[in-house]
Amino acid sequence: MKHEVIEKNSILLLVLTLLVVSIGGLVQIAPLFWVDSTIEKVKGMRPYSPLELAGRDIYVREGCYTCHSQMIRTLRDEVERYGHYSLAAESMYDRPFQWGSKRTGPDLARVGGKYSDQWQVEHLINPRAVVPESIMPGYPWLAKTPLDVNTIASKLKTQQTLGVPYSDEMIQKAKDDLVAQTKPDTKEAKAVLARYPKAKVANFDGDDRSVTELDAMVAYLQMLGTLVDFASFDASGPNLR
Amino acid sequence: MSKHHEIDEATGVSTTGHVWDGDLKELNKPLPRWWLYTMYACTVWAIGYWILYPAWPTVNGYTKGMLGYSQRETVMREVQDGRKAQESFRKELAATPMADVRKKPEVLRFANAIGAAAFGTNCAPCHGRGAQGFSGYPNLNDDDWIWGGTIDDIHKTISFGIRGEHADSRAGEMPKFGIDKLLEPAQINDTAEYVLSMSKKSNDAAAAGRGSKVYAENCAACHGEKGEGNKELGAPNLADAIWLYGSRKDDVIMSIATGRGGKMPAWSGRLDDVTVKALAVYVHNLGGGK
Repeated sequence: MKHEVIEKNSILLLVLTLLVVSIGGLVQIAPLFWVDSTIEKVKGMRPYSPLELAGRDIYVREGCYTCHSQMIRTLRDEVERYGHYSLAAESMYDRPFQWGSKRTGPDLARVGGKYSDQWQVEHLINPRAVVPESIMPGYPWLAKTPLDVNTIASKLKTQQTLGVPYSDEMIQKAKDDLVAQTKPDTKEAKAVLARYPKAKVANFDGDDRSVTELDAMVAYLQMLGTLVDFASFDASGPNLR
Repeated sequence: MSKHHEIDEATGVSTTGHVWDGDLKELNKPLPRWWLYTMYACTVWAIGYWILYPAWPTVNGYTKGMLGYSQRETVMREVQDGRKAQESFRKELAATPMADVRKKPEVLRFANAIGAAAFGTNCAPCHGRGAQGFSGYPNLNDDDWIWGGTIDDIHKTISFGIRGEHADSRAGEMPKFGIDKLLEPAQINDTAEYVLSMSKKSNDAAAAGRGSKVYAENCAACHGEKGEGNKELGAPNLADAIWLYGSRKDDVIMSIATGRGGKMPAWSGRLDDVTVKALAVYVHNLGGGK
């Protein structure tokens, strides 16, 4: 067919244009309908506990992702340094995900448990106090700013609407759970662990008078990459449906 | 259009044959050939890529490609190849008893090399690049050890951590004498003076004198009558010139009031056994090992 025919017949031009555009659209949109099969099932993943979720929001607010990635790529040097490569499932409850695109600082995908809470606190307040060569800015206000605990239930509710499997009970107890995660050895803390297995309960910022933004931030950092049990993970195996 | 052939007089370029408003014509300037053929080549390359490598999603997965390429398998193989190159050394290090590592120069050199690499990424953030330490994070170059400085002690500390969740973690809690109101502020002040007097840093003999009694009742059980410390409990030596949290009076008062209790993560599980062993050798070899 001569191109002139298409150009001189507006209806034909319109139909063929729609056809070409829809192919482009399908290539981008269709895979989203198979997202369940592209995210392999792994053991251990759970939604963020309320305190972790609040910390994650602060992580996003402070723009940590501009310098830190959360994506260990399938390259030897990364696996040797940071640990097992990241899995899609590990960021399936992240909206938006924090893979990042640039590393000024190190990758944080598996930083959880690598350093003590105390170190995280000192490092966030003034990175040079523990790493003299660091160029990271300090975030001293996190220690002084009380965490806004009243919005946490609605945050969980929003996540639930987006498809994150928070139960109604989790939403209802969100505020209690948030505070309880900073109070070790209490009955309430046990309830947090029952609802959010592997969560770390600690007085993260070392100050038990109030729950600060620093508590939330450290709680979030200390759980990064700790949920999946890689002892039971098989890279080629039945994880992929 | 195909039969059309007209050369524009002014430019010498052929026209497309399209005419608007009676006399407005368009010069025929096709894409440069090199560009066009490059695009065709890329298209062919892309099709070849789809055939050879994983490319398209399907209903139950994705097309695997003829080469059977998998990033995951590739990285696992590369890691294993790296391990294989080290294997004879790793085996020998694993088989050599801790105390004998120093007697075998080859093993020692290997342990120091991988120990230094592991230290750089895992330990340096707290203990410093040169293991010089910071306030609250001990210097590992000197011979003052809180939990013991033999290679086995160091190995145990690295493996299981300090005051952590691991069942074999080093454990030893100092009471929070101030926070939990076990001592009066004046008593804490006096005790701090007494502790400082052990290393001749006190300027208030009267207070130190009063503090000696408080010390004997509350502190001596762990830190020793003369402040010599107790490595079983992780109670630091208080009589020497080395201070984990600083030697100013304020620092000492803070230590008594809060109990401090610095933590260290357990590295067994996070790092493999040979690497943990190499780290112990490396740290022991920094200069202060007993």
